[in-house]
Amino acid sequence: MSIQPILIAAAALFSIGIYGILVRRNAVMVLLSIELILNSVNINFVAFNAMLSDVFLNGQIFSIFIITIAAAEVGIGLAIVLMLFRNRETANINEFDLMKW
Amino acid sequence: MVNQNFVNFFAEVKLEYTDGGVIAEFTWLIVVLPFLAALLITFLGKYLPLKGAELALGTVLFIFLYSSALLYEHATKGIANEFFINVGSIGSYDLEFGWVVDGLSIMMYFVVGTVSSLVFLYATNYMQGEIRYTFFFTSLTLFAGSMLVLVSSPTLLQLLIGWELVGVCSYLLIGHYWEKKENSSAAMKAFITNKIADIGLMIGIIVLALSTKTLRISEILYQSTHNYEDIKTVAYLGGVLLFIGAMGKSAQFPLHVWLPDAMAGPTPVSALMHAATMVTAGVYLLGRMFPFYQGMASEALDVVLLFGVITLLGAGLVAVVQDDLKKVLAYSTVSQLGYMVTAMGSGAYTAGLFHLWTHAFFKALLFLGAGSVIHAVHTNNMSEMGGLRKEMPRTFSTFIIGTVALAGLPPLAGFFSKDEILASLNHEGHNIYFIISVLGAFITAFYMTRAVLLTFFGEYRGDGHPHESDKMMTIPLIVLSGFAIVAGWVNIPGVYTGFTTWVTTRKNAIVEYHPESFDLVAMFSGFSAGIFGIGLAYYVYQLSGKAVDGDEKIKIKPIWKILENKYYLDIFYFKFIIDPVKITFAKFIDSFNTNILDRFVNGVGVTASKAGDIVYNNLDQEGIDKVLNLSSSGTDTIGSKVKLIQTGKTQQYLMYFLVGVIVISLIILLVL
Amino acid sequence: METIDIFSYFLLLLLLLSGIKVVTTSNVIHAAIFLVFTLATTAILFILLSAEFVALVLVLVYIGAVIVLFLFGVMITRAPLGPNAELDNDQNKLFATLISLSIFGIFTYILLQTFDSTVVISEGTSTKLLGEILLSRFVFPFELVSFVLLGALIGGITLARKDNALMDEDQI
Repeated sequence: MSIQPILIAAAALFSIGIYGILVRRNAVMVLLSIELILNSVNINFVAFNAMLSDVFLNGQIFSIFIITIAAAEVGIGLAIVLMLFRNRETANINEFDLMKW
Repeated sequence: MVNQNFVNFFAEVKLEYTDGGVIAEFTWLIVVLPFLAALLITFLGKYLPLKGAELALGTVLFIFLYSSALLYEHATKGIANEFFINVGSIGSYDLEFGWVVDGLSIMMYFVVGTVSSLVFLYATNYMQGEIRYTFFFTSLTLFAGSMLVLVSSPTLLQLLIGWELVGVCSYLLIGHYWEKKENSSAAMKAFITNKIADIGLMIGIIVLALSTKTLRISEILYQSTHNYEDIKTVAYLGGVLLFIGAMGKSAQFPLHVWLPDAMAGPTPVSALMHAATMVTAGVYLLGRMFPFYQGMASEALDVVLLFGVITLLGAGLVAVVQDDLKKVLAYSTVSQLGYMVTAMGSGAYTAGLFHLWTHAFFKALLFLGAGSVIHAVHTNNMSEMGGLRKEMPRTFSTFIIGTVALAGLPPLAGFFSKDEILASLNHEGHNIYFIISVLGAFITAFYMTRAVLLTFFGEYRGDGHPHESDKMMTIPLIVLSGFAIVAGWVNIPGVYTGFTTWVTTRKNAIVEYHPESFDLVAMFSGFSAGIFGIGLAYYVYQLSGKAVDGDEKIKIKPIWKILENKYYLDIFYFKFIIDPVKITFAKFIDSFNTNILDRFVNGVGVTASKAGDIVYNNLDQEGIDKVLNLSSSGTDTIGSKVKLIQTGKTQQYLMYFLVGVIVISLIILLVL
Repeated sequence: METIDIFSYFLLLLLLLSGIKVVTTSNVIHAAIFLVFTLATTAILFILLSAEFVALVLVLVYIGAVIVLFLFGVMITRAPLGPNAELDNDQNKLFATLISLSIFGIFTYILLQTFDSTVVISEGTSTKLLGEILLSRFVFPFELVSFVLLGALIGGITLARKDNALMDEDQI
């Protein structure tokens, strides 16, 4: 089995995730799109691990780390969204222009 | 200008020096100790009986004793050694710290140790009851320590670190009373002006390090004196860049603007900064890199010379019109630094450093004296002083010694060092520069005498009753005036030239002109310039009226012009032209005008002050300040327009970012 | 073409379709469900690529925990549960499409030029071996990640906690 279709699918998933981040209004939906991106990276790591037949399993271990970090990120991200929601009564990220001059 | 037979000369000279033994090996103590002391003062200072001042004082006393021992050792045996501690590497560059023990460094250690000890002692009393007393001593100790890091540095990297540390500490100290806006902005001005120059130094260091493949100063100097090709190609650039760095710290035109403003700091800081720890750094850098300049970058030395001469004359003229006593001294420092840089630029290594050495003592003396006066009368303005001669006899007599030393009258320190600079200029054939330097000596004598007359003579013009300062403040003055007298005697041509031997004892030989005996032309012109300056100032400010009127004479120069054109007209005629308020001045001017000699005398005075005014108003205020203001207002305008793209919408930011990523990847893919 | 190839192409197609659904559906709950779908197909893909343990972790951590967290998030922020036309930022759509397509194009161009080897599908990976490597060669990052998780835990609690002393009456 060739590695190219897997990598291209991962790239497509990555682009889909970026589309989602740019388009979605709801902050929770943006976080979902970020998960898509992380997932595409995972696919790449595992595929390369299989391609190289790495004895140290670097690719798999990296994807495990990424999954862990992603879990942490979702936890914090949702906590921030919750905080913002409490203060502004909305989860619409267009409303949060705190970084404006 | 550069010795033609440089390489041959270098081969012939066998310098006598030893490795210095134990005392050189433990020199790191004086570099590390201030930082330890600063740490201790920070944490324990408040609980100590003297609020941390005793730790600071102990540290600088130790530095003073250790450097005296080093100096003794050096004067008897001669030390030239350097020590390295390798702490890692960046690429192929070794990351090394260490300490240098050679003539130049030992001289600097001694200057820093002596002046710091006396200033610290003075400050314990001067700063009594001021806010942040403990913190003040922390920063002061750090300031001295940073300077020692700088002057002990065997590598360019450590030099840069010390250089920046000095800048930071000066920021803390100048802005000590930061509650007042102008003080904190003065600190900011000093820091930023220095920073601009530091960029030059930094690039210079990078250029030199890249071309020589090393950060060790001695290695770079070795390569410069042995005709290495790589360093030759960047020598001019590197030399000028290093000098830009030196211009910032040593307050050379046009980067001198921070130094007069730095008077916002407490007086002990000014004394320390002007004498030992900060402004000498630039001259030290030129001295440290002198073999490089001489061997490779002699064109850069021409630039150095030019800026030095501009500074010495320009700043001297400005000093004439200042009313703030500390500002007179500040501009005088700038002018004297101009002398040092001029000496370096003309290839007179010893002369420049010798002036640094003598200047450190008498300028510290003058500043501490000024501080004592200001402490007593609670104002900086000389127009509110006067007549302090009787109330403050000790301050007065020591201030007089400092003034005479600065004016360059024998046998005080300034005479010998200034004479050596003049002699070198004369010998190298820089005739115009020689004349300007003599003129500078004349102006120096003029404004210092003016300051003394306004401050100490005549009637007291301020409020309250000033009285002599505490012993803790006058003892440093007396000790320093002793130094101001004898410091010049270590280098009398034809009699005793110990200083020359000291500072030239280093691993990379120095080749320079050093007068074997007194240069009669230089000596006579320097001496007569000093006498003439003092005499003229005495005439303008003392003999022909009250001291304070001398200034007013100068200030009405447009009227003076009218007067000059209508020389034979009656005094009553003036009363129709001149505002009745100024009648007294007009009368004064009329009496002044009764003979040709007076006219000549006034002409000189007026021209000098006018030139000073022009320099101050046009160059300082209009030129340099305006450029700075324009750049800031320009930034503000552009900023207010550009800020509109900051919509605060995260997704838009991400979009911009991604477009950037795409463009860059396309460039990499398609172009590269 | 072998059966496994056909199967994996089908899997990848499924992955992409459900991924597209995640970002295009106008129903918040559907988006979460489609993410579960995407992750499930990814897990199957991992098993195909002989990374069983990672697949398992993906199922446990993502489908088991993260998605539940998302659903909580959706509910707490009171997103409308039915189809919602307001969910997308329409003015961004054109640019977003352009940007994601060009990123995809660049990636594909590079990938097609660089990689053409085949994937070795072995018997599978010993979980024991994975554990040994994780706790020997990667023990430092492993410990570090545990600190990150601890930090996330504390941070999450601190941020999401209702601090009554700081709360106004009208902000519940």
